[in-house]
Formats: sequence, structure tokens, C-alpha cells
Amino acid sequence: MGLPGRNSGAILSKIATNNQHGENSEYFDGWKAYDKYPFHLSHNPHGIIQMGLAENQLCLDLIKDWIKENPESSICTLEGVHQFSDIANFQDYHGLKKFRQAIAHFMGKARGGRATFDPERVVMSGGATGANETIMFCLADPGDVFLIPSPYYAAFDRDLRWRTGVEIIPVPCSSSNNFRLTVEAVGWAYKKAQEANKKVKGLILTNPSNPLGTILDKDTLKDLVRFVTKKNIHLVVNEIYAATVFSGDDFVSVAEVVNDVDSYEVNVDLIHIVYSLSKDMGLPGFRVGIVYSYNDSVVSCARKISSFGLVSSQTQLMLASMLSDERFVENFLMENSKRLGKRHEVFTTGLKKADITCLTSSGGLFVWMDLRHLLRDRNSFESEIELWRIIIHKVKLNVSPGSSFHCTEPGWFRVCFANMDDDTLHVALRRIQDFVSKNSNNKIVEKATDKDQVIQNNNAKKQKWRQSNLRLSFRRLYEDGLSSPGIMSPHSPLLRA
Amino acid sequence: MVSLATEKKQDLNLLSRIASGDGHGENSSYFEGWKAYEENPFHPIDRPDGVIQMGLAENQLCGDLMRKWVIEHPEASICTEQGVNQFSDIAIFQDYHGLPEFRQAVAKFMEKTRNNRVKFDPDRIVMSGGATGAHETVAFCLANPGDGFLVPTPYYPGFDRDLRWRTGVNLVPVTCHSSDGFKITVEALEDAYEKALLSNIPVKGLLMTNPSNPLGTTLDRECLKSLVNFTNEKRIHLIADEIYAATTFGQSEFISVAEVIEEIEDCNRDLIHIVYSLSKDMGLPGFRVGIIYSYNDRVVQIARKMSSFGLVSSQTQRLIAKMLSDEDFVDEFIRESKLRLAARHKELTTGLDGLGIGWLKAEAGLFLWMDLRNLLKTATFDSETELWRVIVHQVKLNVSPGGSFHCHEPGWFRVCFANMDHKTMETALERIRVFTSQLEEETKPVAAAPMMAKKKKKCWQSNLRLSFSDKRRFDDGFFSPHSPVPPSPLVRAQT
Repeated sequence: MGLPGRNSGAILSKIATNNQHGENSEYFDGWKAYDKYPFHLSHNPHGIIQMGLAENQLCLDLIKDWIKENPESSICTLEGVHQFSDIANFQDYHGLKKFRQAIAHFMGKARGGRATFDPERVVMSGGATGANETIMFCLADPGDVFLIPSPYYAAFDRDLRWRTGVEIIPVPCSSSNNFRLTVEAVGWAYKKAQEANKKVKGLILTNPSNPLGTILDKDTLKDLVRFVTKKNIHLVVNEIYAATVFSGDDFVSVAEVVNDVDSYEVNVDLIHIVYSLSKDMGLPGFRVGIVYSYNDSVVSCARKISSFGLVSSQTQLMLASMLSDERFVENFLMENSKRLGKRHEVFTTGLKKADITCLTSSGGLFVWMDLRHLLRDRNSFESEIELWRIIIHKVKLNVSPGSSFHCTEPGWFRVCFANMDDDTLHVALRRIQDFVSKNSNNKIVEKATDKDQVIQNNNAKKQKWRQSNLRLSFRRLYEDGLSSPGIMSPHSPLLRA
Repeated sequence: MVSLATEKKQDLNLLSRIASGDGHGENSSYFEGWKAYEENPFHPIDRPDGVIQMGLAENQLCGDLMRKWVIEHPEASICTEQGVNQFSDIAIFQDYHGLPEFRQAVAKFMEKTRNNRVKFDPDRIVMSGGATGAHETVAFCLANPGDGFLVPTPYYPGFDRDLRWRTGVNLVPVTCHSSDGFKITVEALEDAYEKALLSNIPVKGLLMTNPSNPLGTTLDRECLKSLVNFTNEKRIHLIADEIYAATTFGQSEFISVAEVIEEIEDCNRDLIHIVYSLSKDMGLPGFRVGIIYSYNDRVVQIARKMSSFGLVSSQTQRLIAKMLSDEDFVDEFIRESKLRLAARHKELTTGLDGLGIGWLKAEAGLFLWMDLRNLLKTATFDSETELWRVIVHQVKLNVSPGGSFHCHEPGWFRVCFANMDHKTMETALERIRVFTSQLEEETKPVAAAPMMAKKKKKCWQSNLRLSFSDKRRFDDGFFSPHSPVPPSPLVRAQT
């Protein structure tokens, strides 16, 4: 290290010294707590359960089985090693043709065949992280603005802004209409931005939504496409949770809508999709990010940018084979949906037993849990953080507070359910149920004159007492003065399901 | 789905400056060579008259060793029976610190390729999307838009994109001359530094490639020390691109900047950074294994956060971790690789010597810096381009003209030799022999004059049929396509 007195530290860039990477936020407290004391069913049954990581670990067995049955898809098996040198030398930023074809095919299947994708428009990137940054570099200059519905994935603050200099302005969604995004809200935000002399370059959405798990209906999507066309701004749709939809409602991709709307109402040069295999397939380690644009210049530019984050050719080959297997893909998508649906059902039913409701959702790897009734002060984010700390340290679950997603109303929490096995999920549910019931034992008895009224009153009061006693117990906990642990990197190794 | 005709014209206005500009460097005339190759790629049996690719710095000589290792170590893969039990753990691993065993193995490999004369700390190993990603990341960490890095010429054309395109950083050339073997002198550094300041470009660092691309030379200890001292004194960063570290052969010794800083008292290590990769030393460009190694803690931290935009696939991390942890394999690989590179280099240089063609003395890299100055009509880059076109279209060798590397003097060409087999090399040499003997024919009346006589300069122009007469000028910032740009499949080395 440099000796003091000579040059005390070198000068780094502004990008290196600002905090726009977002990792100095207090939200990493939960991670730190988890890292210190991670749950394990047998080794550490009292540890903290990780429910803050949106990962899909429910169908890895299907992928493993396929791998075992298809050794030629690897360059390291006897059956596949003859390809080793060709693949090891392949660095063409167009990517393996078979890979692009397989991805395009998978994307179509994940949308129920309701849209088809052109392999020539499939461009690689370093995960969805890289894809989101790349699309910003292609569409916006430093200082330009992208509108984004909130609540939104926290790391967008880094991915979209850090090195690009792009600004993001939220379009707040509220519980009053179940956090639905409306064109009116977008229009309003657009107008406000213009009035503030901001140059709005586009709108970026995540559909299915993270953290909400909801999907946009077709009409709204059509209206949004019409809106951006009219205003001549871009529409970027992050569809990385496309195959996690488990409800009966069909997921509508912007790719479908582009075909459906009258051609004079849509300028396809404005439409772009970000995709990835990290969530739909549960393969975040493989860094398979995709930029899919209907704009030829963007495809060309993004492809050149992909040099900075190509998918390893070894990984391209393996996935090219896997996703070209029609039978595997169909079965995988079906099972994935089924297992996620079941997991969602078990979890939300269990939560109901503790009088906890979640936003009705159709997909995603998480629920948007409503804990507003447990806040000391329904209007305070401080309250939300206090409650969150209790959940981490007393209930021993690492969940994510709504404010970390820029939610405008306190009391909502994102809770992930697909990154653990069934047993762990039940432990988590039991902890929640135990905690809620322990803190809502009827301590107050009231005299009643009318028996029926008594019963009715009692029932109503039980509910109210449960809630107020829960609040009381939380208050006690708040007053215990739970302090904030330090700051931690979010990329903590998981305790596997 | 057709975009509205009227909207098309506005298309570029809709995009960012980065997307609508030429900063990616791919609109240069040098793509002709690639095009010629693509349209007619050489194949010993199917296309014996095709263009031989000698413009791609790739190391294909030791593929057999790797294939053998991979078959003998099925547990290194997550796709084999022996390794699939690791599949899930690896598939979900996205921690930007990288697998600890990967970092340890890479650190060890870096030590071995520097003859174990220096130690590398695995905790300073940061991943990136190939060396391409590493360079860009380092630029993002060290410089603001408008700042400059000094770069000795000739240099790898990809730097124009990697260091400048999305970062807005400038590259300021430090001119090196053939008269002293293209040495990097302190005078040249000072000169470039002054020029930058006069142009209002704050200089933030010096980027050097050692071993050099395109020269193939390595810096001696004195020169390295002078670079460290120069940058320390100016309080600017020193970025050492050492991606060809293991490609030294013969008498040449590679000295890493890591070694030199141990010998300098009061060295400010916060200014020292190394860019590394497995693409050249191991011949694995497809795996995108780029490494940033910085002695500055803050840079390590920030570069690591940025690595999220270009992590190495966990599947590949695991394979590389296993492979490079096998010390016996690594020792054998490095040894064999050097021997084979030396042999291929010797084949080429012996052939060129026999034809009286000069080349810069160097013993590293995957290429040769060939001297064809005496074949230029005039000592101009226009002449160089004309000669280059003849070589591409008549001699049918895709080589890279020195101008594309920002060389100060015309007439030099980079010729890659490690991406082909022995037979292809023989064919290439034969073609050069035919070309030069044709030139000799031209000067039969003055037959006594040696190959390099001045009179020859005109002959190849007038007597050899050129397929076109277009004399396009060079663009500034011309660019010879490099990894990972080229879309052409390679003719694989058979040996």
C-alpha cells in the first residue's frame, strides 16, 4: 500500500467515488444478520431464514436430469469433448447461432407460443444486470430520464444509473388500486418531468412485476404502447419473470401486443425487451442476459456493447442444446408453473392463518405482504424499518422492506418463497404463526350483556386485540432499541434449499 | 411488423450519442481484410486458395493438452456424472466475489506465469467480461469523461473502443520509433504528457501492454522501473496489460510490474493495476475470463461491484478453478505452450529470413511484427494500405497493417502465427515466397541488386494486377477488428 505522506491515495473517478452503486444502504442489515447466522434445517435450526433473495430453486432437479441424459451438450464429457477447441475459441459477439435460436424458441414457449422471437434480434449481455445497463447506454445520454413504476427492484438504481448517468423518476403506484399501473399515472409523471425541464427518453417496466408479482393486463399494455408511440419515447419491458406465472391468467408479453395493436399506433423502433434465464430457469450463476430489441440500430449497438459481457461459450453450448429440446422445454415450463403455484398457495394459506394477507399476484418468486396493521405508525417508514428489524432478529426471517423498493406507502414487505425446500418453508410459516399468536393472546377480558353480542364483539375484538397486542408487543421490541448492524455486500452465498 | 417509414429517419435521434456515434470503431476500412477472409476462408482441402487468417491473435497450439485434462478430470465439470452433484450449487452461485477456489487458482496461475517470482493475493482478484471488460472497468474506476490515458504506440486497436467508447476517456499516444526498437522512452512519455496538458486533457494514467501487442517485445527491468517512477512522480495510475505473460519463449524473460514494484522504495501502490485474462495465455477467449488485479483497495472494491455487469459464468469458474489448481498440469501446459510457440515462431521467422524479409526481434506474443518498409512505394500510410490490399487480395493473407495499431511509421505489419497448424503456415510462407520472387522477376534487369533495392518500390504496383484502384484514406482511429468482434469461424489448428 502507498506510504502515508507521499500520495495519500490516488484520485479515482467520480463514478468510483459516488455512492450510486447503492450498496451503502441500510438494507444490507438483513443480509448481514443472515450471513452471521444462516438457517439450516439440521445444523442450525434457529438461524435466520433467507427470504430476501428472489431465486427459483424449485426445478433444478429437472435440469440436472436433462444434463445427465444429454452428455453431448457439455464440452467436458467423452461425448462432447470433440467440440472443446471450437467452443473455447469461439468469441464472436453474435453468439452461437444455435444458442440464439434456442433462446428465441424458449422465449416464445414461455409466452405460451403467443409470440415468436427472431434469433437475429437476440443479443447477449452479462445477466439481466448487464442487459438493463446496456439498453440505457443505447437509448439515453447522461442526464436523460427514464420513468419507472414504483415499487421497483432496488438494484435498478445501480444498473440503470450508475455508469450511464441516466436519471430515473418513479411513477408511484399505490395500494388504493392494488398497485396497478395506469396510463394516466404514467402520463402524469411524464408531464411533471417535462415541466421540470427533464428530457424523458422512455419508460421501463418489469412485467411480471418485482416486487409485486402482478402482471399487466392486455389493455393497459396496449395503452402504454400507444402512449410511448405518441410521445416518441422508448418502452423497455423487463420480462425476466415471464415463466414464473402460475395463475390462470395468461401473461401478456409486449411482444404479443406489438402484433395486436394497429400498426400506425405502434412504432416498433421504440420497443425493447430485457430477458434472462436467472429467474425463469433458476440459473443466475450462468449470467445469461438477453437484450431483444425491435429497433435494428439498437440491436447493432447492443451487440457491440455485448463484448463487455458475453455469455461464456461453454454455457452457450449447453443451453443451446437444452433449450432446443422441445420436450424438455414444454415439460419444464409446465412443472415450473405448477410448483411455483403450489408453493405460492401453501405460503399464502399459511400466512392467512396468521391474519396476514398479501397482494393478489399471478407470478414471481415472492409475495407482497401487507403488514400495515402491525406498524406502530401507519404513515412512517421509520416504523416500517423498526418492524423489519423485529422480523429479522425476533422472527428470524430476512425479508425485504417495501421502502427498499421505493414504495410510497409503509408497511409492505417482499417475501421470497422459491429459494428453499418445503420443510424450510414450513418452519418459516410456523415462526410467523407462532409469533403472531404469542403476541395476541387475549389479555384483556371484557364484560358483555348480550351473549350473541358478546360472541360477535369477542370475535371482532379478538381480531382487534390480536392486532393491537401485536402492535404492543412490537412496541416493546421497538423500545428494546434494536440497533442497526453494519453494511454488507448483497451477493451473499445462499444456504441452499 | 414494419417500423413507420417516417420514423426511420428520426431513428438515430431516438438513441443515445453512444449508440449513434462511431466510438465502437467498427466503421474502419480494415474490415476489408476480414471480409476477404470471410468470403473465401482458407481450408487445406476444401479451399486451398482461400485467404489465410493471420490477423487474429489466438493461441490454438495447446488445445490437445486441455482436451486430455478435461477427459481425465470429469469432476471439474458440472455436466458429467462425477460432477453433476455440484450443478445446483454452481448454477445459483452469483456472488460477485467469485468462487474462492477460482480466485485462488487464478492467483496461483498468475504466479506461475511469472516464474513464481511474485505472489498474488486471491482477494484482489476481480472478474470482468474478458480483458475487454477489464479495461473498460478500470477506465470507469480511474478516469472521468474527458480525462486521458497515455498509451505507447503501436497499440492494440481494441483499446480505442474498450477504454474510450462508453467511458468518454481519451487516449493520448506516446510515440515509439523503430530506430530504437520501439522502446518506450521517458522523453516520449514527457512529450505526450505535455501535449495532453496543452490540449486540456487531464492525464489520469499510463496504459502499457507487456508483453507488447503488436510488437511481441517485453520490457526490461530498467524500462519497467522508469515507467513506475514516471507514473509515481506524476501521481498518475499505471495500468499493466499482462495478458500475454505466458507467451514468452526462447531467451526472453517476462518481468511483471508486480515484481518491479517490490524493488522500488516508496512506491505508491495505490496507482498500480494489472489487467489479465486467460484468452491468450491459455487460448480460451470464448470463456470470457477477464481479471482486474489492483493494489488499490478502493479500486478492488469498486471494480468488484462493477463486475456484476460482466461476471464469469459460474460453470466456467468451476472448470477453470479445477484445471488451474492442478499444478502439474499447469506446469506442463506452460512449458509445452512455450515450446510450441517457439517452434511456430521459428518456422515463420526462418521462412521470412530466407526471403530477406525483416521482422522486429521479439520473443513473446502470438504474432510477429514484420518489416515491409522497403516494399512501400512511398513512406506513407496510403502506400501501406495499398500494399496491404495486395497482400490480402493477391497474396491472400489477412495480416494487420501497422497503421491500424497507430504505428508512427508506415510499412509494418502484424502477422499472427499461433492460430494455425504447420501445414497452413507452410502454405502462407510459400505464398510469401511466390510474392517476393515475383517482385524479384520485376527487377531482372538489375538482377544483382538485393531484394530490398529501392527500385523495387514501384514494381509491385505497376505489374501486379490490383483488383481495385480505390485509394481510400485512413480514418482517424481506424480499427482492425479484434476479439471479440470477428464473426468468422476459424480454421482450427490441427496440431
